[in-house]
Amino acid sequence: MHIVVFTRSTPDTAAKVEVDAGGAVTWGDAATVVNPWDEYALEEAIVQAKNAGGKTTVIAVGPEMHNDALKHGLAMGMDSAMRVWEDGLTETDSLTYATIAAAAVQKLGDVSLVIFGRESVDVGTDQHVYQTARKLGWPMLSFVSKIRAVDHAAGTITVERLLEEGKEVVTSRLPAVISVVKDINEPRYPSFIGIRKASKAEIPVLTSADLGVTLPAATTRVVAYRNLPARETQVEMITGTPEEQARILVDRLQEENVL
Amino acid sequence: MSAVYVWIETFQGRAQPGSWEALGAASKLGLPVVALVFGKDASAIAQEAARYGAERCLVSEDATLESYRLEPYAALLSKLVQDNRPRLVLASATLRGRELLAASAADTNCALLSDVMTFEVNDGTVTATRAAYAGKVLSDVEATGETVFLTLRGRAFKAQAANEAASAQIETVEPVLAEAKIATKIEGFEAEAGGVNLSDAAIIVSGGRGMANNPKPAPPDAADAAVWKAQDGFKNTLQPLADVLGGAVGASRAAVDAGYISYAHQVGQTGKTVSPELYIACGISGAIQHQAGMRSSRIIVAINKDADAPIFKIARYGLVGDLYEIVPALTAELKRRLGK
Repeated sequence: MHIVVFTRSTPDTAAKVEVDAGGAVTWGDAATVVNPWDEYALEEAIVQAKNAGGKTTVIAVGPEMHNDALKHGLAMGMDSAMRVWEDGLTETDSLTYATIAAAAVQKLGDVSLVIFGRESVDVGTDQHVYQTARKLGWPMLSFVSKIRAVDHAAGTITVERLLEEGKEVVTSRLPAVISVVKDINEPRYPSFIGIRKASKAEIPVLTSADLGVTLPAATTRVVAYRNLPARETQVEMITGTPEEQARILVDRLQEENVL
Repeated sequence: MSAVYVWIETFQGRAQPGSWEALGAASKLGLPVVALVFGKDASAIAQEAARYGAERCLVSEDATLESYRLEPYAALLSKLVQDNRPRLVLASATLRGRELLAASAADTNCALLSDVMTFEVNDGTVTATRAAYAGKVLSDVEATGETVFLTLRGRAFKAQAANEAASAQIETVEPVLAEAKIATKIEGFEAEAGGVNLSDAAIIVSGGRGMANNPKPAPPDAADAAVWKAQDGFKNTLQPLADVLGGAVGASRAAVDAGYISYAHQVGQTGKTVSPELYIACGISGAIQHQAGMRSSRIIVAINKDADAPIFKIARYGLVGDLYEIVPALTAELKRRLGK
């Protein structure tokens, strides 16, 4: 069983991210980390491949900064890594991403499961996940909180999905694409040996020509990034006994017309 | 004139309220508004869609579409888009809405802008504003092409008042995929006790690490006294306040990671992004990751022991004190005032 995980490098979750005077998004000296959702995807791939005696590949679609996430994946225990990119591509265009990602999986040839974290915090979306499944022509199981069973003989996977209304149990044919939520596992920390091995790894970079895919022209673009408007609220501190605080707060909320 | 398609999301025969917001946004564009309703009781829901602004409804109650599954829904939506080339395809940016529109946009090679907070349709382009970097910055985005797909952030657009006299032309459409061609089977469903639909909630009462300061003594057989106290606080202190307000209970990552409450309740960067009318943060310090998930709430109330907690910087009303004294007082006061 060959399992692929797609990952990205994103600014550390605690970093203050802002738009500088030149319009670029910056996060100062803060480190980049593996996209927080992807750690669950990496952990699940390693566990499932171990159970099934399979192998794992971690792939990033994007420029060199994403090598950090790939190395994190290798340090956790993924077997191999690969990056796909070339100059002139629009990193935020999800159809570009999905077309490349699907071609990379097809190039590997023997993949039966692709795992994504539920979304990428930098681009702030999960659309590339579903679009990769469609470009592969594979079924998509999103928001997976547990893999109940992988039946190799029957070629099926049964999962629990965490939805707004509750938990859905679904069985799908393989190969399939899944996206995982943080209920699914407890990601391991990379071992010292793992980190050392990963730091020395040479990560191959492939282009669309290497994958034999023609990319459509991007149909979306980011025109500009902006800082959030400051919350114009001046906090009003409500003091007194708890009963007085409660009474004044309810007065205010009634004036604000929210009750 | 090319139309605006609006996917009406349903669950167990009921429409998701965000779909009416999408119809509201569609109705403002001066283009014909077509609602797409698939699944159980779709015809009845189509009548309801008419009251919220749909002029035409394309409906299927085929057995393959009874409950939402991506493959049969996307196959049908993609075919309707390919055959009729609407100007826009809209849905609420729920889990299903985001997934379905992304899939169909990929099938039809059309642009998709997801989870937008505002949008504008121009001659050759559609422009929109959305959040990026976990809600820490905004991005202005542009899409080109004959058809553009958009998912709309919940509560960022207004539904029209229901017009009881309105009706729509209802047409039945045929599914594209036969059951044998669909790779996924739903085996079962377990509803979440109490229901946690944070995205739809107009009022959210959230708890954080401070929930562990419950003065109620933990029973001697509790495995972990702090966890027991916090769990009890969520159930017996925050839930009653949420109930009297008709709201939902949320939580910070710290509370979820400590095992105080399930992940379905988590608000913030690795949980849900919400923008209710009223957000009451109880015992939540307001880390940047939490703020990313709730700072667009209309009114934020912070209740915290620590007057220096960062949550007070984004709050409209701040109450310094013990949440285990203030929240019950607030629940009692609301019961009295709201006559419950």
